[in-house]
This record gives sequence, structure tokens and C-alpha cells, in this order.
Amino acid sequence: MTMTNLVYLIPLFPLIGFLINGIGWRTIPKSVGGLIGSITVLASFVVSLGIFFEVKSTGASSTIVLFDFIQSGKLNIPFAFQVDSLSVTFLLIITGIGFLIHVYSTSYMHEDEGMVKYFAYLNLFIFSMLLLVLGANYLVMFIGWEGVGLCSYLLIGFWFKNRDYTNAAKKAFIMNRIGDLGFLIGMLLILFHFGTLSYQDFFGQLKSGATANPSMYNWIAICLFIGAMGKSAQIPLYTWLPDAMAGPTPVSALIHAATMVTAGIYMIARSSALYNLAPDALTFVAWIGCITALIAATIAIKQYDIKKVLAYSTVSQLGFMFMALGMGAYTTAVFHVMTHAFFKALLFLGSGSVIHAMGGEQDIRKMGGLGKKMKVTQITFLIGCLAIAGIPGFSGFFSKDEILAATFEHNKAIYALGLFGAMMTAFYMFRLYTLTFTGTFRGTHDQEHHLHESPAAMTFPLIILAILSVFGGYIGLPAVISETHTLRNFLSTSVSNIAHEEMAHNTEWMLLGISTAIAVVFSIIGVAVHRKPNFVANTGLSKVFENKWYVDELYDTIIVRPLNALSDMLDRFVEKMGIDGIVNGIGKLVRFGGDRVRLLQTGQVGFYIFVMVIGITILFALSFFWIR
Amino acid sequence: MMLTLLLLIPLIAGILSFFLKGEGVKILALLSTLATLVLSGFVSYEILVAGLSGTNNTLDFSMPWIPQLGTEFSLHADGMSAMLCLLTGIVMPVIIIANWNKEVERPWSFYGLMLLSQAGITGVFLAYDALLFYAFWELALIPVYFLCSQWGGEKRIAVTFKFFVYTFVGSLMMLAALIYLSTLNPGANSYSWANITHAGASLAPETQSWVFWMIFIAFAIKLPIFPFHTWQPDTYEQSPTPVTIILSALMVKMGMFAVLRWLFPMVPQGVAFWSNTVIILSIIGIVYASFLAIVQTDLKRLIAYSSIAHMGLMCAAAFSNTQMGMHGLMVQMFNHGINITGMWLIVSMVENRYGTRDMTKLGGMATAAPQMAIALAIISFANIALPLTNGFIGEFMLFNGIFQSASAYNIVFMAVAGLGIILGAVYTLNMVQKTAFGNTTPMLISKDMTTNESLAMALIVVLVIFLGVYPKPLLELTQSVAQMMVP
Repeated sequence: MTMTNLVYLIPLFPLIGFLINGIGWRTIPKSVGGLIGSITVLASFVVSLGIFFEVKSTGASSTIVLFDFIQSGKLNIPFAFQVDSLSVTFLLIITGIGFLIHVYSTSYMHEDEGMVKYFAYLNLFIFSMLLLVLGANYLVMFIGWEGVGLCSYLLIGFWFKNRDYTNAAKKAFIMNRIGDLGFLIGMLLILFHFGTLSYQDFFGQLKSGATANPSMYNWIAICLFIGAMGKSAQIPLYTWLPDAMAGPTPVSALIHAATMVTAGIYMIARSSALYNLAPDALTFVAWIGCITALIAATIAIKQYDIKKVLAYSTVSQLGFMFMALGMGAYTTAVFHVMTHAFFKALLFLGSGSVIHAMGGEQDIRKMGGLGKKMKVTQITFLIGCLAIAGIPGFSGFFSKDEILAATFEHNKAIYALGLFGAMMTAFYMFRLYTLTFTGTFRGTHDQEHHLHESPAAMTFPLIILAILSVFGGYIGLPAVISETHTLRNFLSTSVSNIAHEEMAHNTEWMLLGISTAIAVVFSIIGVAVHRKPNFVANTGLSKVFENKWYVDELYDTIIVRPLNALSDMLDRFVEKMGIDGIVNGIGKLVRFGGDRVRLLQTGQVGFYIFVMVIGITILFALSFFWIR
Repeated sequence: MMLTLLLLIPLIAGILSFFLKGEGVKILALLSTLATLVLSGFVSYEILVAGLSGTNNTLDFSMPWIPQLGTEFSLHADGMSAMLCLLTGIVMPVIIIANWNKEVERPWSFYGLMLLSQAGITGVFLAYDALLFYAFWELALIPVYFLCSQWGGEKRIAVTFKFFVYTFVGSLMMLAALIYLSTLNPGANSYSWANITHAGASLAPETQSWVFWMIFIAFAIKLPIFPFHTWQPDTYEQSPTPVTIILSALMVKMGMFAVLRWLFPMVPQGVAFWSNTVIILSIIGIVYASFLAIVQTDLKRLIAYSSIAHMGLMCAAAFSNTQMGMHGLMVQMFNHGINITGMWLIVSMVENRYGTRDMTKLGGMATAAPQMAIALAIISFANIALPLTNGFIGEFMLFNGIFQSASAYNIVFMAVAGLGIILGAVYTLNMVQKTAFGNTTPMLISKDMTTNESLAMALIVVLVIFLGVYPKPLLELTQSVAQMMVP
């Protein structure tokens, strides 16, 4: 019996946790609920580790069928799991970081009356995400795909008494649904042209050269990518993610780091065999990623809410990942997913620690100098900033540099824009760090008095994540430093990158130098500019950035309001006056006729009907017994 | 014999009800509906097992009735009929259990009429003779007419009249067409399914194309298909909730069933000629009804429009003539019935607690009555076909069916119908938000679900999840029917 056969345990544990906490949410004590929630995810992590070592040693990729799901005619879509290097990598990220976030939550949510319910949702989230990456066909992936949409809805709207929060939850779900329609159409196209949804069959057919119309590859790839735009918050479907911070802060960490937004990256990496045949789709992916990375970075520069800055930085970093995908460097994107998961979880949990200490305050204009009272949070947060800014030696440096190197090779324009994005990243992260942790405190006296370091259950995950943010990059060293790229080799059994030429060493040194210089210089500028903050009302372009390019307002004007107006118009004019008017007109005519004939009859429709039903019943009953 | 029993139990219980007083009526209704549940479950099981072992998986019963008219008493159950009888068998006791504590005026005739209607509905699903089918069709409808006009809301008289005009026009045209077809094959069983479909199918294509509309109008109204739908929101709104459940969970399926059982084999060339038209109407209906659902403030009207959108999708798949679509349609008929029953149960609880169905006046149910809110959330997500709920299985197969159709416009059809997925999320989540979230509105009766309500709701929720995770029994039950309809 190999570990791989136990793969069903991985989603099963969180599911059990969900069921226990979900059914007993009113009776289970808070700490027990937290314990159940955390331990189930830890158990999944342990099993994932076991399977990881097995896959690592054998390099095997296997499909485990659990039961028949949809079976109709010749089509059979089983409920099956895929265990290979790609899914195992994601399993470790999801359960590992997921576990740390659970531990953190046991302390963060302890004052909340809905804590047990919260852990039920959290476990369901992990469960859905695990289904998403474990599925051996697109349909099982889709189950997880929509499942994480559901869970984000439940968690973003966790404090459901607040209308803004439930609006944000609704927005997240609906935007994701728009993407999901793309995913669904993509699936139907695959089914239509290849008669299967299973990865093995589908990719097998692609590799053996059994072709549909070549342009069909592009269409399928773009439809699936529309799904990824929703889930991984890319233009134009990104506006839900910054609003998603309405939920409890650890949830943001979960959504932004371990689950949900990484789904789109996973899907494309999983479908590498398809995307390799769809060059136009790849170009499209790269440009969407590039534009998203830039727009989101400009917005992040001017936000004052600590979580909003982080949210837009996630959107921007996801853009970087899609740039990598668009270059056909799928493993590079997965590498950045991983390092990003470390430092973004760290940053979000760190911001949670800050918000906790500030008594719910999220505005960085009212912070400052927090480092004095919160050493652990400060240092770990700093490590997160160094990692995301791409300072050499920290994990983000390696993965981001790999992305930039890939773009340099394939598309110089995107490379230049990518550098610009990296520049802004360093700047806004150190703006955030400086405004929050250094200088003097700008909040109220009460808040200052209340400032304290968070308890161990919250700082422990921060420390672990900080360690990972430092060393997580060493599994993917650049070629000039190390001959073997550990992660790329590991993933090569399940993901096929587009072949790329080995870069000349001095070119690579040059690229490393440029990235380093940009990261260091703009980090320092970020610190320097904000040491003595002076908050004035933004004008001009800054105001556009602060107001997020007015995209929400734009969507409201060109989509939401016209749709409501159309609905209203259809209701008033077509339904009530149009169709119903005609029907009622006929009705009146009949009544009018009925009134004339009434002189001869009793004139009550009811009476006729009554006679009729009695007649039919008697006829039926009599003949039935009589003839027998 | 089992099929006859399935009919006789509600019929006899219904007639007996009129002679009973007090609590006895409810007990009789509960017992008889539970008996039909067991019986229909047994029939479905038999057919499922027979289908799996490859033997004849239909049940038939036939005896002479009125040979002078060319009609016989003949019943036929295949996987589709059995499944719909089972749906009826599940929904009826659920209605009665959920309303156990509610006082109804003149319970003897209320429950009597409900049971008579059940007999009619069951008869429609089983009849294998066109005239018998017509008789059951009327038997199912007429009690509902009384139920609406006697126990309905304020505007019940006007609304019932509209309902009556719609359905009666449809019924009469269908009857005329059936009589016409029977004359083509005179004899002692000229109305039998075999004869009447043979008669229809041998008609010239031009004749088939107008016979198609004469029959289809009746079914299209029942479904309902745009633009024959305006009776539905009014009737759903004004009817007492048990009757709304019968209308939406069961009677709507009569229309769909009749299309499959009678219309398709009867005028195949007519169907082929008009199928694009019907698909376009259906898809217009999906989008149109979804838009209207967005602006509704009354819970019942919102669900009514949502149901029109769902039925539009089913009808589009039916006419797209693919096996996958047909198979999905079968499953979806069942699942839609389960889900919408759950939806109405919650609406009726809300109305009972808050004294209103107006969403602008509701809110905070998640605080005041968390069990109701959870049930609402689960049913709502089934309503928008979230994977691992039963709604998803059918919808996925339906979309697949539309997509695979031979029509040149299949991609356009699919994409426009797909808008329903997004709009469905919009209005359904609006409903959840306005009812369950926000600040608490005071309740008239401050009480979460009662035991009997929980029992009824639990049954629905279990079915929603179970059939969403493991749809195999339902798929296997109906596989051979789908295969037969679209080889």
C-alpha cells in the first residue's frame, strides 16, 4: 500500500472538520472548534508530505478513481484524483500555509462569537481548494473552482450584518461566476472536440497530434483563461479581490496566498500541453498579466488602508505570474506562486497583527512607530517586504528574477514594463513598511496605550513564514549560480515548459544586476520619501490612483446601472403592459362574451369546471370498476 | 397492478377526504402520500434493477375502458415516468409534513383536492393512451383551479381566471388535435400511444407543423415558455404555498414530460421544423426571466421568474436533440422539483414568521433564525447550480446538450443561455442578502424551524447534496429512456 492510495484522506480531513464544526457550530466550544479546524488541516499536510516524498523518489504520476460521477451514454466522467509533482506542490502550499493560517486564527478570532462557524468555513475552503488541485479532470477541478468561490463568498461576508461586507461577498461571487462561464464554455469545447475531460486523455490526444482545427486550441485556451481572470483577479475581473478584505484578515491571507487566487495559475500550468499549442492565447495571457501588474501597482502606491495596499500588491504579483505563464515558463509561475504564498501570507498575517494591536484601525495614516511595541511583527513584516520587493537573497528575488529573465528572452516590451512594475513594488512596499512601523505614532492616545505584541499563536506562524520567505527561494536558483533548478526538475514530470535557450552567463548576470539595482534603489526611495510623512489631498494622477482608476465607478455606470434599468423596463413595458396586456385583453373579451351568454346559463366558470371534474372522475371510476 | 395502485391510492384517499372531519383528513393525507412514496420508490427500484440487468425495464398495465371511443385504460412506466412518480411521491408528503401545524379552512376539501390533483399528475406520468392522458391532465389541473380560487391571496379571483384562460385554451387545442389524430386510425384503441404516434408521424410534414403548435401550446403554457408565461408569477404569488409547490415542482414537469412522451414521437418532422424557433424562445425566456427576477421584491415572484429561466434551459436542451441533453433533462426535471420545493418551504416559513414576503421589509434571518438561513443558503446555491449540489449535474449536461446540438447556432445558443448562470447568481444572492443578512427585522412569531419543518427540509437538503455528489442512481434510471429518444 503506497501513500498515494491514501490521497483521498487529504480532502477528507478538512471535510470532516467542516462537518463537525458546521453541524455543531452552536454547541462546540470556541477553542475546541479551533483545534478541530487546525488539526484536520495538519493531518492533511502530513499525508501530503508523505505523498510528496513518494512522488519525489519515484517521479510517478498516477490517477486514483474514487467513484463514477457523471456517466451518460459513452461519456464517463469519474470523480478521480491526479497525483503528480504539480498537484503535490500545490498540496503542500495549501495545507502547509493553510495550517499556519488556522493556527493564527485560533487567536485572532477568539473574541468573535461566530468562531466555530468561521473554522467550518475555513475547512471547507481548504477542502474546495484541495479538490481543485487534486482533480484528474476539468470537471473535478471545476467543482473546487466554484467551491472556493462559494467559500470566499461565505468568508468575505462573514460579518453579515454589515451591508458593505455582504455586497463585497456578492461581488466576489458574481465576478467569479463571469469567469466560471468562460471556464464552462472551455470545458464544453474540450468535450465537443476531444470527447473527454480527463487530463490524461486530453493531453494524450494533444501530444499524439490528433487535432481539431488549430485555432480551436486558442479558443479553448482563452475560454479557460477567462475563468482564470475571475479567480486570479486579472483585468477586467479583478475588482472583487481588493473588496474581499471585508472578511476577517486571516481569510485575506488564505485567499491571497494559499488558495483561490492561485487557482488560475495552477489551471494554466496544468494545461501546459494545451497552451503550448496556443501561441495567440499565450500572448494574450502575457499582456493581460502585464497590464494588470502595472495598473494594480499604481493603485497600491496611493492606498492608505494597510490591507488594500497588500490586496493590490497581490493583484500585481498575480499579473507577474501570468506574464511568466504567457512566456510558456509555467514552472516559473508556480515558483512565484510558492514564494508569493510565503511572503504574502506573512504580510497579511502581519497586517492582522497590526490591526489587532490597533483595535481594528486599518488606516496607515494613523499608524507609525509600531515597531517599538511589536518587535516580532515588525521584523517579520520587514522580511516579507524585502522578499516581495525582490532584494537579493530573499525568496521573492529568485522567482521574480526568473520571470523577468523569461520575459527578456521572449518579449522585450513586456520585460521593460515588468521592470517598471518591480520598481513600483519595491517603492509601495517600503512606503507601507515605513508608514506603519517607523517614525512616530499618529493615532489616538487610547490606541497608543493599547498597542501590544500579539500572542504566540499569532507570532509563531509569522516566524515560520518569515523563515520560509527567506529560504524558500533556494529551491530555484538561477542557472549562473546553480546547475540544477530543483523545483523545475521536480515539476518537469507534469508540466512541460516551452523550450527556451540557455542564456549567456553575462547576459544573465546583467539581468540580475538590473533587478537588484532597481529593487534596492526603489526600496530606499520608498523609505526615504515616507520617513517624515505629510499627508495632503491627492491631485491629478495621484488622485486617479487613489480612486483605483475609477474602475468600480466605470463598471457601475456601463454595466450595473444599465442592466438594472433594462430589467426595470422589461418588467414595466414588456411584461406588464405588453404580454400581460394582450392576455388580459383576451380574457376580457371572453368575459364579455360570457356575459351575453349568461342569460341562458348560470355563467359561473367554476360551476362548469366543477361539473366537468365530477363528470370525468365518475366516468373514470365507474368504467374502471364496471368493466372489470 | 402497482401502477394502478399508484393512481388509486391518492384518488380514493382524495374522495374519502371529502367525507372526513378534523384531524383525520391530515392523517389520511399523510398516510396515503407516504404509501405512494413507498410504492413509487419500489417501482423506480424495480425499473432501475431491471435496466441494469439488461432485461425489459418498463412496467405496463392495460385493460379495456371505452372501446366505442377507441380508448383503453393503459399505463406504462419507464425510467422517466418512474422517476417523476417518485418525485411526486417525495414532494406530496413533504408538503403535508411541512404544513402539519398550519390551520387550513375546510381541510377536508383542501386535502381532498390536493390528493385528487396528485392522482391526476400521477396519471399523466403513467398514461399510455392519449384520451386517458387528456383526462388525467384535466384531473390534475381542475383541483388546482379550485385550490387557488378558494384558498388563495387577495387577487385570487382575477389571477385564477387568467390561469384558467391560459390553460383551458391550451387544453382544448390539444384535445382537438388528439381527436383529429385518433380519427386517422379508427378502432378500439385508436388513442393508444402506439397508434396515435404512428398516425401523427405518418402525416405530411406541413400538417405536422401545425399539429405541432396545437399540441405544443398546451405544454408550452404549462412549462411555461416565453411568451406564454405571464400566468405563472401571478398564480404562484396568489396560490397558497402547498399549491404553489404542486404547480411548480410537479405540474411544470407534466408539460416537460408530455413534450417528451407525446409531442416528440407524435410529430417528429414538426418538431424538427420548429426546434430552432422553440430553442430561441426558450433562450429568450432564460435571459428575459432572469432580468425580471432581478427587479422583483416579492419572494414568490422572484422564484417564479427564476423557475421560468430554469425551465427555459430545460426546454432548449429538449429541443436540441442530443442524447446528453435529453439525459440531463431527465435528471434536471427531478432536481428542479426537489430544489424548488425546498425554496417554497422556506418562503412559506418566512411568510409565516415575518408576515410578509416583501424583501425590502426583510433582513437579519441569519441572526434571528439561523437554521432557516442555512437552509435558504443551501437551496439557493442549488438553485444556481453550484457543483456538488444536484442542480449542477443537470445543468452541466443540459449545457453540454445544447452545445453539441447539430444546429449551426449552437455556440450562440450556449453563450446566451450561459448568461443565465451569471444573472442567476445576481438575483439569487440578492435574495439571500436581503432576506438573511443585514439588520434584524422583528418577527411576528419568533421561532426557528419547528420539528416538522426541519424534518421536511432535512429530506430536501439531503437529496440536494446526495444527488449532487452521487447522481448515478438517477442517471442510470433514465439512461435507457434518453438512449431511446435520441439513439
